[in-house]
Amino acid sequence: MDLPLFEALNQAIVPAAGPAVVSHGILVFVLAPDELLPTVRQLRDVHGFDIFLDVTAVDWIGQEPRFEVVHHFYSTVHKARVRLKLRVPESDPSVDSLVPLYGSAAFMERECHDMYGIRFRGNADLRPILLYEGFVGHPLRKDYPKQQEQPLVPYRS
Amino acid sequence: MYARTVPIVPASHQKDGAFEYLTTRKDELIGWARKFSIFPYPFVTACCAMEFMAVSASPYDTDRFGAALPRFSPRQADLLMVVGTVTHKQAPILLKVYEQMCEPKWVMAFGVCATSGGFYQNYAALPGIDKVIPVDIYIPGCPPRPEMVIDGIMQLQEKIAGSRHLIVNDRF
Repeated sequence: MDLPLFEALNQAIVPAAGPAVVSHGILVFVLAPDELLPTVRQLRDVHGFDIFLDVTAVDWIGQEPRFEVVHHFYSTVHKARVRLKLRVPESDPSVDSLVPLYGSAAFMERECHDMYGIRFRGNADLRPILLYEGFVGHPLRKDYPKQQEQPLVPYRS
Repeated sequence: MYARTVPIVPASHQKDGAFEYLTTRKDELIGWARKFSIFPYPFVTACCAMEFMAVSASPYDTDRFGAALPRFSPRQADLLMVVGTVTHKQAPILLKVYEQMCEPKWVMAFGVCATSGGFYQNYAALPGIDKVIPVDIYIPGCPPRPEMVIDGIMQLQEKIAGSRHLIVNDRF
């Protein structure tokens, strides 16, 4: 945990939702959807966060906005991690893609689109990566029936 | 425990250096030859592969049952060993591999995932490969002990030896 770095980041990046907090050694920012790209660009270009670790989502079913998209970044300079969280509604679950900034984001955004149906604006290739063509729905959404199968081969009777 | 199907030497036979002979039935002879000539094709997808390696290696040694040499083309194999979890995405590949094998062919479901899906019951896993292809022998366990695999191979051998062999006909 690098506290001077975290204090500097908190001075430099102040999202509308308030300052970041440290959770399990990771600095956590809560952002509005339109704050994502400027924040990530600043993290990468100014503060040396050169590795995009993952993007995933959380389905807070029953809450509004329903989905929380979570990005993780790592800095090989500072050996520190940052997490960005933002909420998107079920009616339009789309956020900006990070492919222009981190090429490695392409596959992880495809997986997140598979599992949660988050649309990433700017990612031109959102074909299924872990699922298959023809799969209906998004299996890690909480309202996907737990035992629903979509077999590709017809079952023997 | 297992039926004796080896060729039988008559009890009155004296080993005196003269012409030695044995009597058997044609179908028993063919069955005896076939059951020690299993050519497995390992369709290995998951962690059961470790146990497959253990049972193939010298301490347990499936070569004693004539089932040692894995064929790496299904067209040369007659035993399809499905070792590990098969997903819905994998099922068309499994079916294609099975359909490429020549008759006669047998299928072994190795481990509980191939048998029934095991503890997977979700959007991804196929609940048992017998939903897609016919299975001759099921080996439960997560993973199965090598002894269970050998027991399964021996039961399959009995099934092979006791089955009807199409090459035994009136012209044979």
